[in-house]
Amino acid sequence: MKIPLMRMREKLVVRVVSRFFIPFILLFGLYVQFHGDYGPGGGFQAGVIFTSGFVLYGLVFGLENLQRVVPWTVVEWGASLGLLLYGCVGIASLFLNGNFLDYKVLDAHDPMHGLHLGILLIELGVGLTVSASMLAIFYAFAGRRTA
Amino acid sequence: MIPIEFLLLAFLVVTAVVIARLDYLFAAAMLTGIFSLLSAGLFTLMDAVDVAFTEAAVGAGVSTVLMLGTLSLTVREERERPLRILPFVIVFLTGGALFLGTLEMPAYGDPTATIHQYLAPDYIAGTEAEFGIPNIVTAILGSYRAFDTLGETAVIFTAALGVMALLASGRGRKGEEEK
Repeated sequence: MKIPLMRMREKLVVRVVSRFFIPFILLFGLYVQFHGDYGPGGGFQAGVIFTSGFVLYGLVFGLENLQRVVPWTVVEWGASLGLLLYGCVGIASLFLNGNFLDYKVLDAHDPMHGLHLGILLIELGVGLTVSASMLAIFYAFAGRRTA
Repeated sequence: MIPIEFLLLAFLVVTAVVIARLDYLFAAAMLTGIFSLLSAGLFTLMDAVDVAFTEAAVGAGVSTVLMLGTLSLTVREERERPLRILPFVIVFLTGGALFLGTLEMPAYGDPTATIHQYLAPDYIAGTEAEFGIPNIVTAILGSYRAFDTLGETAVIFTAALGVMALLASGRGRKGEEEK
C-alpha cells in the first residue's frame, strides 16, 4: 500500500514510539470496553480504540504484517459473531420467559446480575462488530493496488 | 462560557477555512483529523465524554487514515478550478439559515428545555435505582434503547459488508494465490 504514511516504516523514531504505544492503546480499548458501565465509553468507543491500535501497527509495520496478525478470516468472523452475540442475548431472554433483550431474566436468582451480564454481553458484541468492521474497512481501502 | 471554549471554536473555524482553501489534499486530510480533535476537546468541555471519545477515535483516528488510504488511490492535488459564485452563495445561505435556527433553540444546559423534561428525568433517576451503574449513557444505550443499539450494530456490520463487497474483491484465499 502506497499511502504517503507508508514511508513511516523507515523512520526509527516512529517505529520505536508506536511499538511502545500500541500495547497501551489496546489495553485502553479493553479498559473502555469492560469499564463502560462505570466510566465513559462502551462497546463502540472501545471497538474503535482497539482497532486504531491495529491500524497504527499496519501503518508503521506494513499491511502484510498486520494481516498476518489479524487475517481476513478473523475480521469476517469477528464482525459477524459480534452481531450474532447481541441477537442471541435477545433470543436467550425470550427463551427465559422475558421480553426480547430483557436482561433481568438472564440470572434466575438476581435480576440485577442478569442486567449487568446482559449489558456486558451486548457491549462485547458491539465492540467486536465495530472493531472488526473498522478493520475490514481499513483492509479494503488500504489493500487496493494503486490504479 | 469560559475562554478556552472560544479558543477551541476559533481554531475550529480557522481549520475549516484552511481545509476549504487548501489544494493539497494530503494536508487537508490531516487537518480534518485536527478538526475532529478540536471538536473532541469541545465535547469534553461540554461534559459529553462519550461523544468526545468517539469523535477522537473515529474522526481523528480511523477516518483520517481511511482518507489517506483513499488519497493513495488518487491524486494528491486538487484540480485548479475557477471560483464559482452560485455554490458559495448556496452554502452561505444554508449556513445562515442554520445559524438563525440556533437562535430559537433553548440556551445550552437549560434544565427547563423540552428535551430535558420528557424522558431524561426518568433515565437519570432510573439508572441508579434500576441498574446500579453510574454511567447513564451505557444504561440508555445498552438497556433503555437496546433495540436501537442492535439496529446500529447491524448498520455498522452492513457498512463493513458493503465496503468488503465493493472494494475487497478478489481478496482472501484466492487473492493470496494471485500474488
